[in-house]
Amino acid sequence: MKLLVCPLNGPRPVSEFVYGGEVRPMPDPDACSDREWSDYVFNRSGSPGLKYEWWCHIASGFWFIALRDTVRDVVLETYPADAARGTLPRPGDVAARGTRP
Amino acid sequence: MFTRHETLKASYDVVIIGAGGHGLAAAYYLARDHGIRNVAVLERGYIGGGNTGRNTTIIRSNYLTPEGVKFYDESVRLWQDLSEDFDLNLFYSTRGHFTLAHTDSAMRTMRWRAEVNKHFGVDSEVVDAAFVKTAIPLIDIECGGHAPILGALYHAPGAIARHDAVAWGYGRGADRRGVEIHQQTEVTGIRLEGGRVTGVDTTRGSINTSRVLCAVAGYTPRILDMLDLHTPIYIHPLQAMVTEPIKPWLDPIIVSGSLHVYVSQTARGELVMGASLDPYELHQTRSTLDFAEGLSAHMLDLFPFLGEIKVNRQWAGLADMTPDFAPIMGTTPIEGFFLDAGWGTWGFKATPVSGKTMSHTVATGRNHPLIEGFTFDRFSRYQLTGEKGAASVGH
Repeated sequence: MKLLVCPLNGPRPVSEFVYGGEVRPMPDPDACSDREWSDYVFNRSGSPGLKYEWWCHIASGFWFIALRDTVRDVVLETYPADAARGTLPRPGDVAARGTRP
Repeated sequence: MFTRHETLKASYDVVIIGAGGHGLAAAYYLARDHGIRNVAVLERGYIGGGNTGRNTTIIRSNYLTPEGVKFYDESVRLWQDLSEDFDLNLFYSTRGHFTLAHTDSAMRTMRWRAEVNKHFGVDSEVVDAAFVKTAIPLIDIECGGHAPILGALYHAPGAIARHDAVAWGYGRGADRRGVEIHQQTEVTGIRLEGGRVTGVDTTRGSINTSRVLCAVAGYTPRILDMLDLHTPIYIHPLQAMVTEPIKPWLDPIIVSGSLHVYVSQTARGELVMGASLDPYELHQTRSTLDFAEGLSAHMLDLFPFLGEIKVNRQWAGLADMTPDFAPIMGTTPIEGFFLDAGWGTWGFKATPVSGKTMSHTVATGRNHPLIEGFTFDRFSRYQLTGEKGAASVGH
């Protein structure tokens, strides 16, 4: 069974978690154009690589961030979302796509 | 069966990336219907080695949106005489297709689909549990008591076909008309000049061309990255498995959205089964025990007598998913670059019609009327083609 290390609960079976997609910067909905907003709502970076992702431990309702290799399916690190606050990529920060927030 | 070409030519009228069913079908119709024969099909692996050879071979047209129903119905029509067209037996077998409903809300969706289907002339109707039991006497209509079958959407034209043969048939037909199929040839770059396509770089050299069709399913984002094109496509594995051969007992194709199962019995007697997508993004075709256990448990809810039957093989493909469960087809913001992607879990049945419509689009430079609901720019226009309600199982 595959294990994922929850920053709050320690190693747990991956079946106890849900995947919440890649961590991405949200543009200001009041300031951005319709096209920028649709890019944020729909478009994804579908290529393989190292990605920062949202995951949730279902039983405790705890959301956190995991750095995962989407080719080998190996999680390199997990940390609480708080730890990333202030360092998440900002809109227009193109270089941040798929890299460390 | 195929001509082996030692070298790539310096230029082609059209280059198709991906020698799966979709790419080869487009090549076939380009050569047969549009007289464009100076075509190269480039394949990183081998013919039909991707999702063409990994799906569960189900063909149906009982979709939910008018765009989807018209498109897939044309595909079912094209499937009918394909064996004759190819002079190759595709084992096309019309079985009838039941989408089981275990809840009132599922029954409501079935009625909705049946009405849309009938409006467009597709043979599709809601039936009750007794009808299902008569057609499949060995089914446990109560599903062990916890998910009783209330009824189903019945689609008589539902069929299965030998999937490898589809790629071989289209490939051979294209090959005989002068199309070059280059296997083990990976595309490493697409050259542009002034926003239009001028050539393709490969691991076996560079070629000039003004038109490129990309039909690579789970590898689509990697090709689009070369052009800095952004789409909603995301990749999740889709697994499937097959049992040992047993006596014929299951004629129709059975799908249960609530139990996350679809199953049919092949001419050889094996049960071919699939379920939902894997729960997170992954670019790998590994198999998991979670999948085999989960699918087996749900199969036993429907057919408890299969308890002693062994699973022979299990595999996976990379599904290129879209948020509205409809494909992304046709022209793109880059002149000369055409896309046939976003085929997620629903691409095999569309092989003939996607080849037909994409060859028209590549030949004329304008989207075929049947694919207008699937255009590249529909997301930036917020005009989605919501087809999730017709997905085989709740993803």
